[in-house]
Amino acid sequence: MKPSLEVNIHNLVLKNPVMTASGTFGYGPEFEDFFDPSVLGGIFVKGTTGKLRQGNPYPRMAETPMGMLNAVGLQNKGVDGFISDIYPKIKHYGTHLIVNVSGSTVEEYIEVAEKINALEHIPAIELNISCPNVKEGGMAFGTSCPSAAAVTRAVREVYHKTMIVKLSPNVTNIAEIAQVVEGAGADAVSVVNTLLGMAINAETRRPVLSTVTGGLSGPAIKPVALRMVWQTAKAVKIPVIGLGGIMTATDAIEFLLAGATAVQVGTANFIDPTVCPKIIAGIESYMIRHETEDIKSLINGLITV
Amino acid sequence: MKKFIHDFHIIENKDLNPGHFVLTLKPEVNLPPIFPGQFAEVRIDGSTGTFLRRPLSFHDVDYDANTITLLVQRKGDGTNRLAVMKPGDTINMVYPLGNSFHIGSSGERALLVGGGCGVAPLLYLGKILAKNGIRVTTLMGARSEEYIMEPERYKGHGELLLTTEDGKAGTKGYVIHHEVWRERNFSFDRVYTCGPDPMMKAVARLAVRHQVPCEVSLEQTMACGVGACLCCVIETNEGNKCTCTDGPVFDPNDLKNWLE
Repeated sequence: MKPSLEVNIHNLVLKNPVMTASGTFGYGPEFEDFFDPSVLGGIFVKGTTGKLRQGNPYPRMAETPMGMLNAVGLQNKGVDGFISDIYPKIKHYGTHLIVNVSGSTVEEYIEVAEKINALEHIPAIELNISCPNVKEGGMAFGTSCPSAAAVTRAVREVYHKTMIVKLSPNVTNIAEIAQVVEGAGADAVSVVNTLLGMAINAETRRPVLSTVTGGLSGPAIKPVALRMVWQTAKAVKIPVIGLGGIMTATDAIEFLLAGATAVQVGTANFIDPTVCPKIIAGIESYMIRHETEDIKSLINGLITV
Repeated sequence: MKKFIHDFHIIENKDLNPGHFVLTLKPEVNLPPIFPGQFAEVRIDGSTGTFLRRPLSFHDVDYDANTITLLVQRKGDGTNRLAVMKPGDTINMVYPLGNSFHIGSSGERALLVGGGCGVAPLLYLGKILAKNGIRVTTLMGARSEEYIMEPERYKGHGELLLTTEDGKAGTKGYVIHHEVWRERNFSFDRVYTCGPDPMMKAVARLAVRHQVPCEVSLEQTMACGVGACLCCVIETNEGNKCTCTDGPVFDPNDLKNWLE
């Protein structure tokens, strides 16, 4: 019997739990040569802000052991550019398109969310209160309970579909932040965004990134992300979407066992543009091997006794 | 242009000098069309320090033999791993990526200027230009005589001019010091260049002085190679652009502060 990979995030039904993380898959067309994006459980498109943003100066990326630091800084065409130039090209995809909504002020988050709310083929947003690479807003909202609650509540008032909030790992107690955004109206949380880090070139004695610090992603952060998913899933009733260093189907299953309902694959897309279909197939063969008919039985399936 | 992900088998791995080697690779399928200036993202397995793929430009493409070659500089752990790979070993590539050099019309004269490992894409470019009836002159700048790489291959489709820093071969100095740039010697319709940024900037300014179009091929640290991660950006007059998809070949007039 073919196992069921279907999961639910609030009122979204995902054909499988594998989605692509914001900023790592473009908008989808970048990967169409490698596979049909419709096979995915969902696509989180690049962080979208009120106005066009050029992002941070080059260099914006540093390779690190089993990972990378980025300081892209939310380069994007702005919400109007997204709606006019990109949305028409991707709205026919047979998967859920989720826009990552970013901003410097609460007003900007509201503006973007309102405009995205009007798009028929976008069933959800991911509120990015955890970008470590912008001077104003971003992570500043996601690292204190009052500001995380305030921006979540403000967007909740204007956004009427599924609202996912993407949390920062750069906090002392992620469960506390998750509970606060749940209370403010979030329908799900994504755990986690990148870890703040830095890289130094010892020869030149200078930072590698133009911004000195950046966000660490890749397998290097997986144990931290798993721990945070586990802590968050125990603390909230809303679904947790796990991400952080997933490269293989086994990694994805570990996140489900830790309590994630679905996962996002990010940096791995850079290493292997065909990694997502491989992860979906790998999850299915794991389920067959373990005689698991319904993937939902893996969620929170960690055995600790 | 459709992009592919294929495994390639190494046919030959040849050292050119202590710093450079040439890999000849063959895929299990027929090669798709590849244009001069395009590159591949090469996966390097088994190295903890090399997490991302390495962007390497096509040095040559031989459709008859169904092989490609890559000219690689030993720079760090990743390229050192490639350097010790043997015939029969497999490497995975995402390709062909990026835009390509503009091919002028028959009867034109082109000057191809490469510094160090920057000559890599100019071999295939020269070959295709010559095939299109363009007279090709390659100006190669090397550190020393030992670093003049595969001169015979460039002579196969045109003239080869050399500069070395110590002057033991060709003109002494950098590529911009070569006498070909003097007013009475310069008779080219187009200049192409690839190498270190300061060299390309100087070459681009010389092309402007001679009032001929110029194309530069950039190298920026890169992650995805397909325009998704926005890491390899270059500042242009129209804002940040991706070297991997809008480039690697650019008109220096479009690049911010390149001709100043």
